[in-house]
Amino acid sequence: MQINDLINHTSEWLKGTGPHSDVVISSRIRLARNLNKFPFPHWASKAQLNAVLEKSSQAMEKVELLKNSTLFVLANLDSIDRQFLVERHLMSIEHTQKTEQKAVLVNDEENIAVMINEEDHLRIQLMQSGFNLFEAWEIINGIDDALAKLLDYAYLADFGYLTACPTNTGTGMRGSVMLHLPALVMSRQIERVLAAIAKLSFTTRGLYGEGTQASGNFFQISNQVSLGHSETEIIENINGLIRRIIEQETQAREIMLTKRKEVLEDRINRSLGILKSARIITSQETIELLSMVRLGSDLGMVKDIDRRTINELFIITQPAHLQKLENVKLSSDQRDLKRAELIRKKLNLL
Amino acid sequence: MLCDICGKNPATVHLTEIIDEQMNELHLCEDCARHKSAAMEQQFGLSDLLGSMANFEKPSSKEEEVVTIKCPSCGLTYADFKKIGRMGCGECFNVFRKYLAPLLKRIHGSNQHIGKNPAKTKAPTKLYKTKAGLQELKNQLQKAIQQEAFEEAARLRDKIKEMEAKKEKE
Repeated sequence: MQINDLINHTSEWLKGTGPHSDVVISSRIRLARNLNKFPFPHWASKAQLNAVLEKSSQAMEKVELLKNSTLFVLANLDSIDRQFLVERHLMSIEHTQKTEQKAVLVNDEENIAVMINEEDHLRIQLMQSGFNLFEAWEIINGIDDALAKLLDYAYLADFGYLTACPTNTGTGMRGSVMLHLPALVMSRQIERVLAAIAKLSFTTRGLYGEGTQASGNFFQISNQVSLGHSETEIIENINGLIRRIIEQETQAREIMLTKRKEVLEDRINRSLGILKSARIITSQETIELLSMVRLGSDLGMVKDIDRRTINELFIITQPAHLQKLENVKLSSDQRDLKRAELIRKKLNLL
Repeated sequence: MLCDICGKNPATVHLTEIIDEQMNELHLCEDCARHKSAAMEQQFGLSDLLGSMANFEKPSSKEEEVVTIKCPSCGLTYADFKKIGRMGCGECFNVFRKYLAPLLKRIHGSNQHIGKNPAKTKAPTKLYKTKAGLQELKNQLQKAIQQEAFEEAARLRDKIKEMEAKKEKE
């Protein structure tokens, strides 16, 4: 697989299926793993990083679950390609910086990605569409078991899996759920919900993970604690919280439907109208309007556009995707024009 | 010219350090320079916070010892960790165990791993079926009450009741 093959492909997690996919976009689990006897990436020499890259990529070649995958060596990619991988949620923004000896392995379905030499030697992630953390855990657990037989992991019986940052030590696991909560935002209940989440030692982030702001009513919620609980307990804890948030969002949607149906219909259809006819549009405005159209689709107010198309639009209207589609470098102004054109084409054809 | 630190490799990086108005010239090889600059790099945010937490954990009587303990495997000192907020390698966890254990407890509320183990590549037994599961739930309940997270506490209380009822039946 070449990087350009990804552009016409829809990631598994974008399909808009799976449990509670009206509120939950995707579920993700990542495991942080390090190789014994090698310094962590920030403290390692070039030769050591190369050795880690070689050892781990060789091990991954032998893992059945990673059979149909491609290893992208970041030094061989230009900045647009690297940004492109971030926009597809296949790697972190941090991984685009100081790219020497870094790589990311991506499988054909694009639900598995393994970053090599990011903050830890290995960051294995699995993404699923909808509310599906346990299924994600089962798959990633299998990959991890297979890798553990081939690689000597840094592990201590009392501290668990050892990581560069002590905040990840223990299970090395972070479970995240991406939620779409427009009704809680519109009814101004979101502040209360976010405060409660923080109190229970969970973190809320934006669409692109660490350091990003929540936008377009999207919130990514994940566990903070990785030590002292088993993996299944951590997942059960996240699930308990997410179930309650889904309930609240669903309730807020119902209240809006009964009490303010016209206002809601107006906002959703105006958003669709702008997307179908705008000539210049920023990515921020796109995300906000698409969020409303998605809500309309979930509530049955927008009938001819499915979730998958909306999910895809979120990704392909991002800066690097637009430039890959056009195959030229575009300035911000040029992108706003091209973005509007692409959205018009996609929505008016339907 | 050989590196001032390791004395083995040729020095290719030349640094001028100013400490207390004393100017020092350092000639380093690439590897030592990388370690040196990582140690000097002041990162804000999480690493700062971790660094200051690590500081907080320091037993005052053994201040000197703490700063000079060095991981024999990767060369990271506890002072380095306080600056950059990152461990150097797996062995560091053994070397700094005394100071790390309370730090991990502050971060995670525990310093005892109970998740999977790479040697037995099998997932831990299913949740809430073992005795440990029940005890863990009780601990979580206590924590939730302390944090005044009453909704969470009520949920945990119900789970515990449910489990205990099942146990009695069995």
